[in-house]
Amino acid sequence: MAEAKVNRINLTEKDYEGAPSTMCRGCGHDAISASIMRAYFESSIDPRKVVKLSGIGCSSKTPAYFLSQSFGFNAVHGRMSAVATGANLANHTLLPIGVSGDGDTSAIGLGNFCHMMRRNVNITYVIENNGVYGLTKGQFSATADVGAVMKGGKVNDIPAIDIAELAITLGATYVARSFSGDRKQLTPLVQGSLAHQGSAILDVISPCVTFNNHEGSTKSLKYVKGHLDPIHDIDFIPPYENIEADYDEGTDHEVELHDGSRIILHKLSKDYDPTNKAQAIQAIHASIAEGKFLTGLIYYNPNRKEFAEELNLCDIPLSELTQDDLQPALEALEAINADMMK
Amino acid sequence: MDTPTINDLNICVATENGSGSASSNNILFKAIFKMGIPCSSKNMFPSNIQGLPTWYQIRASAEGYLSRKDVIDVMVMFNDATAAKDIYRVRDGGLILYDDSTPLSAQLKRDGVQYVGVPANKLITKLVPASPLRAKQRNMIYVGALACLFGIDMEVIKAVLEDTFGKKPAVIESNLLCIDAGYQYVKEKGFTQNIARLQVISNGNKGKIITEGNTAAALGAIYGGASVICWYPITPSSSLAESMEYYLPKLRKAKDGKKTYAIVQAEDEIASAGMVAGAGWAGARAMTSTSGPGVSLMNETIGLAYYAEIPCVFFIIQRGGPSTGLPTRTQQADISLMYGASHGDTRHILLIPHDMNSCFDFGRRSFDFADRFQTPVFVAMDLDLGMNFWSSDPLHLEKQPYDYGKRLSADQLEEWTKAGKKFRRYFDQDGDGIPYRTVPGNQHRMASYFTRGSGHDADAKYSEDENDYKYILDRLKKKFETARKFVPKPIVEKERGVKTGIICYGSSYEAVREARDRLKARGLKTNHMLIRALPLTKEVQDFLVEHDTIYFVEQNRDAQMAAIIKDEHPELGSKIISILVYNGLPVTAGEVVKQIFDAAQSAELKTAQM
Repeated sequence: MAEAKVNRINLTEKDYEGAPSTMCRGCGHDAISASIMRAYFESSIDPRKVVKLSGIGCSSKTPAYFLSQSFGFNAVHGRMSAVATGANLANHTLLPIGVSGDGDTSAIGLGNFCHMMRRNVNITYVIENNGVYGLTKGQFSATADVGAVMKGGKVNDIPAIDIAELAITLGATYVARSFSGDRKQLTPLVQGSLAHQGSAILDVISPCVTFNNHEGSTKSLKYVKGHLDPIHDIDFIPPYENIEADYDEGTDHEVELHDGSRIILHKLSKDYDPTNKAQAIQAIHASIAEGKFLTGLIYYNPNRKEFAEELNLCDIPLSELTQDDLQPALEALEAINADMMK
Repeated sequence: MDTPTINDLNICVATENGSGSASSNNILFKAIFKMGIPCSSKNMFPSNIQGLPTWYQIRASAEGYLSRKDVIDVMVMFNDATAAKDIYRVRDGGLILYDDSTPLSAQLKRDGVQYVGVPANKLITKLVPASPLRAKQRNMIYVGALACLFGIDMEVIKAVLEDTFGKKPAVIESNLLCIDAGYQYVKEKGFTQNIARLQVISNGNKGKIITEGNTAAALGAIYGGASVICWYPITPSSSLAESMEYYLPKLRKAKDGKKTYAIVQAEDEIASAGMVAGAGWAGARAMTSTSGPGVSLMNETIGLAYYAEIPCVFFIIQRGGPSTGLPTRTQQADISLMYGASHGDTRHILLIPHDMNSCFDFGRRSFDFADRFQTPVFVAMDLDLGMNFWSSDPLHLEKQPYDYGKRLSADQLEEWTKAGKKFRRYFDQDGDGIPYRTVPGNQHRMASYFTRGSGHDADAKYSEDENDYKYILDRLKKKFETARKFVPKPIVEKERGVKTGIICYGSSYEAVREARDRLKARGLKTNHMLIRALPLTKEVQDFLVEHDTIYFVEQNRDAQMAAIIKDEHPELGSKIISILVYNGLPVTAGEVVKQIFDAAQSAELKTAQM
């Protein structure tokens, strides 16, 4: 039997695994988790130095399915940014990875998310973006496109938030977009974000097998129900395979989603300058106008200090300081008292 | 004519806010303090920056009563906008000091009150060159006028100016000029009064400090080891965080030239709470400070910290609610909100200080309680305590080691592992309801686990199992019962044979102290209990058992603390008669006495009718 490959710290890929996933079969999130595990393994990062954070939602469950040796904190809906910021202040030597969804980040969490990027908090922040609220069964999220049709025929008529564009505008220093099915692109983007010091935002399109079913599709829930002779009520989830996309630089690629709609991914050509903020935003707008998703490393700023460094925190984590470090001398209090006697 | 009292005087100063009156009021207050006379100050300021009315009360009390007094002896009427009402604030036989640069209108003349006019506007026009400063100096005139009328020596004023403005001789000079002008005017006119004399009490305030509760609490937090402070500005709690911003660089020695603390002004209260939870989870002593509206916003995160058992400290400086309410008025109306914060079955620890030293001490110990019980801890103060200046014994530091609670290091985990003992994050290892925890950064292979606000089992695994769920809820309750034995006990003052008791908490203490003396003088002896924490300790039950009638003084409308007591001791609750003061002004002994007498009389009537 071949020996399992080990990385530079003598760990195998198995050492980066977590509990079995509870995502629907074929869910894009599991593919992202696989890329994440691969990235940590390839980068030889010690899981014990990593902290995993998440909000609430299907995607927020996934940190339990990778890096079981790392501490994790599944917080409350929309507040992962604040919790991650606090954890980072308490111990800036830990490497945070946050997994959130488009509802968690761009709806309820929008405010906190914006300010986290303003501060350039050190974190790898992954948004698993499927345009719906999966865990509460399929409502529109703030990244749903205008004209998108959800179950029941409801059409979304409010413009989508583009998380990558927002991140660039607000001060994030590493902004990338990818697709859960494109492991070849995603894994290195994750690796880059792990190496980056500052807010690294990965906007990853991750199709929802279960709730993004297109009206009129023969694989839609409505169609199946219409052709059933039921003996009893059953919840039915179709066993789809993951969709993989593989395309050349400088060209488009069409991907058919489970509900029959399409995304076109347009990759950046090699001579694109990701450090040009204005160009990056323009490129995103141009891409949206053509009905495409811009993917790759869209923006990168190596020059901004991350938050803990900006605050000039001591090298020893605040969480490890002792009473000796933290409690001022009695004499100092006596001096303050003397001052207050005037 | 009555003989003037010695050192018993209650002054109310009506001015416009933003007019420099804070400065002049402070000088007056400090001067009386410097004379050794027990005194207190209460600031009633508007929720505004400039131009609205503000009132400042200074009470000199030979007997040492420091609560607000409702009977006003002297009204300084320096705000035309409120003059019509101000003339009725002063008692019959009292004195009104006003600016007679323009003659007083007939509508503002009231019988039975002495009027003293000083042409403040005219005086400063002569003394101070035209500038924005001139309007601000107007208030210094009344400082001088009052000093002359009531017996404050100009040397004392000079000393106070030195203490306050020592580094700015030009400011001392200009203030002194105006104060002296007011003094000299009264002297030359020969104005006198028969209400009171202020006389120096030798060493009267020796060794006493003056500070505000927010500063005391901030210093307590610093001495208690706070290292992550995330906050959002809100009246009346901003000055607590700002005090920390002021003192931390001075008090914490830098580690390698860098900081041992992080203070972050968050984008809102929800973010503040989230940051505190994240920092507490990661093992730092983390805190925020806010008021009622902030607690409302933070409720969800408080519940997360409760259920996931994360240490966090919340300094809450209560103000008039509900909603935006009265941002600049005091109240104790967030007790139930704090006690049961967040949805589901939750119960939280409250530490309730009543004076400057307990603000400091409870501020310091709050982190020990949070770490020991792995839970949110509230330090419940109010605007009166937090933002008014109180005289006090010096802040006292109890020399105690920090209690980090049941926190396992990698070495300790290794010992456990060798002994065959398993680390189970949410398991009742010791029978007291408190589990053990590890924090991120712990390199031991058994250390890590997943923290979540969703249902979990004793090993921190995700679980929807009904038995796992109930186990955790029951253990959390057990943990809270353990806390009952550790939280600060009430302070009880009692005499045998006295069957009437008064209970209060927080800033009501001073008013109740005075009320008890007045009641005693009128023939009603009472025992007293000062509650200093939730959960209620056994002493509360004992006190209820030992007395026939209990008057419970609270500064809220719905008798929030009494409701908690009645809920936990239903068989004893009927003895409680609530004495409620909730108009936003600091409670007075007069109101307490009046309500107690009304209640006692109606009880007598009921008994007579039976």
